[in-house]
Amino acid sequence: MADASITRLNAEALAPQVSEWRRAWRSLLKARWPILGLVILGIMAFLSVFGPAIAPRDPNRQTLVERLLPPMQTDAEGQVKYPLGTDGMGRDLLSRMIYGARISLLVGFAAVAIGGLLGITLGIVAGFLGGYVDDIIMRVADIQLAFHFILLTIMVLVVLGAGIGNLVIVLGVGQWVTYARIARGQTISIRAKEYVEAARSMGATSREIIWRAILPNIMSPLIVIASFNVASVILAEASLSYLGLGVPEDIPTWGKILAESRDQLLAGKWWLAVFPGIAIMLTVLSLNILGDWLRDFLDPRLRGSRS
Amino acid sequence: MGKYIARRLAQSVIVLLGVTLLAFVTLHLAGDPTYLYVSERASEQEIIDTRARLGFDRPLPEQYLSFVVRMFQGDLGVSLRSRKPALEMVMERLPATLELTICAMLFSTLLAIPVGILCATRRGTPLDGGIMLLAMMGQSMPGFWLGIMLMLFVGLQLRWLPISGHEPVLEYFLRGDFARGLQNLPQAIPYLILPSITIGVFSLSRNARLVRSSMLEVLNQEYITTARSKGLTERNIIVRHAMKNAMLPVVTLLGLEFGFLLSGVVVTETVFSWPGVGRLVFNAITQRDIPVVQAAVVTFSFMFILLNLLVDIIYVQLDPRIRLS
Repeated sequence: MADASITRLNAEALAPQVSEWRRAWRSLLKARWPILGLVILGIMAFLSVFGPAIAPRDPNRQTLVERLLPPMQTDAEGQVKYPLGTDGMGRDLLSRMIYGARISLLVGFAAVAIGGLLGITLGIVAGFLGGYVDDIIMRVADIQLAFHFILLTIMVLVVLGAGIGNLVIVLGVGQWVTYARIARGQTISIRAKEYVEAARSMGATSREIIWRAILPNIMSPLIVIASFNVASVILAEASLSYLGLGVPEDIPTWGKILAESRDQLLAGKWWLAVFPGIAIMLTVLSLNILGDWLRDFLDPRLRGSRS
Repeated sequence: MGKYIARRLAQSVIVLLGVTLLAFVTLHLAGDPTYLYVSERASEQEIIDTRARLGFDRPLPEQYLSFVVRMFQGDLGVSLRSRKPALEMVMERLPATLELTICAMLFSTLLAIPVGILCATRRGTPLDGGIMLLAMMGQSMPGFWLGIMLMLFVGLQLRWLPISGHEPVLEYFLRGDFARGLQNLPQAIPYLILPSITIGVFSLSRNARLVRSSMLEVLNQEYITTARSKGLTERNIIVRHAMKNAMLPVVTLLGLEFGFLLSGVVVTETVFSWPGVGRLVFNAITQRDIPVVQAAVVTFSFMFILLNLLVDIIYVQLDPRIRLS
């Protein structure tokens, strides 16, 4: 009996989704810019997965006689050995940047996954249970919001030491509040809806209600937040790497290449600072453009005002 | 009103305690913090002595209590390098950081409002599109990278502005020596320009987009149509009728802005070798000088909390609707 009602509820929720994808695709084509964003992100994702196969050289191999070569420099045989030049230790900048894509995307998506999972879980629990559980969770969120996020991150990383794991956890935990607040608010409003009441009266358990009624219905704003969040985590990672708090020495990241460019700047070795920054900006810009489009697409209020 | 302020004050005290607790917990995250204070070659006896001297052998609640008590006495430990009180080191550097933050805030707010209005009134034109694309880019690049680019092209290539250096102004003001501060001001400004742009560009982009969209929303409202039908000029409508309401969301953001800009300071000061708290923190990080990092984090958090409290109290005065909720 309960199952039948839930299945129906599910079917109703799923039915429009088939055409939803088509509608998304059409809106994407119409907006144009997000397609460029998707293409850039696709390239970055490709580079981070197949980086080792694509990168022309070992990113950590030092060739001291060929240090600080400018981009597109031709050698004695007229060949371009280093398209983007080399750094102060004679390492190939192009290869280092291809490896760097991996860390940026990994840290960005992993941190948001952690923060999102934590925040959504706590937000739904707070909104669903209410009472003192709600109070405690939301007070902790208030306290965290009052903090200086970057400084707190710096402090934790100084004590724990650098490393991808620590970086992802610290940046992830820093994000949970936004998700928790939204998930809680949405849960409270959906919990009061008739169809939830109906499901409950049919004997659906809390777990079923959360999984089948609440979660699918609160996802859109959370997805929008997540896409902006990946962008800001990538920027934060770059800053932390620049401060020397990112990942270990032998792993190249865009932020770290920028940090290493510091010593070469006064000598006019511009390429070490220009290219990694452009890579970061393109990635983050793509995510922001996609986030903007997703918000317009998923936010029903804007949708109504447009058509 | 009094009740609201009292509640807000109580909240701030809880948050302050939360800050201290977190600062304390962080220090113990990696296990016994004694090892952060001794060199790697320290002997067993040295470690035991240090542990006893710093009180790390006592129970944690007791340690936390004495940590809080000492903190409210202004004692945040001594730098492991210079042996100077950590808080004093932070306070010495604070005026330079505030100078930069204030300039960045002026830059990002004062420019965002006219730019946002311009875009809203020219909606859909290439000018609007171009500026909004720039704003999108401004929100998508690491602030410090823009700093590096400005250094490279405006500083090193064109040689228009200095890439590092600092002339104290606020420090003299705070000491009460206004004549000296004002006298320094003309020399101080060239040094401030590039770092301020670097810190402020993200906020400028965000604020310009915000002003634009809130202006567009207001311009769609009926009272504006009424004003138009009365035959008022477009300029008159925008300046006298639309702007006031369009500025509300921007003003709401300004309080948070200051704290936000402060976080950009650490990296930017490093780029421009600015002698502020940020560079102090950076140096402390590379030397693993934990008390100094801790002192900076606690000081910034305190400032942040106090500022938010202040802003909230001012809002209640400005917007009576908040009082009711």
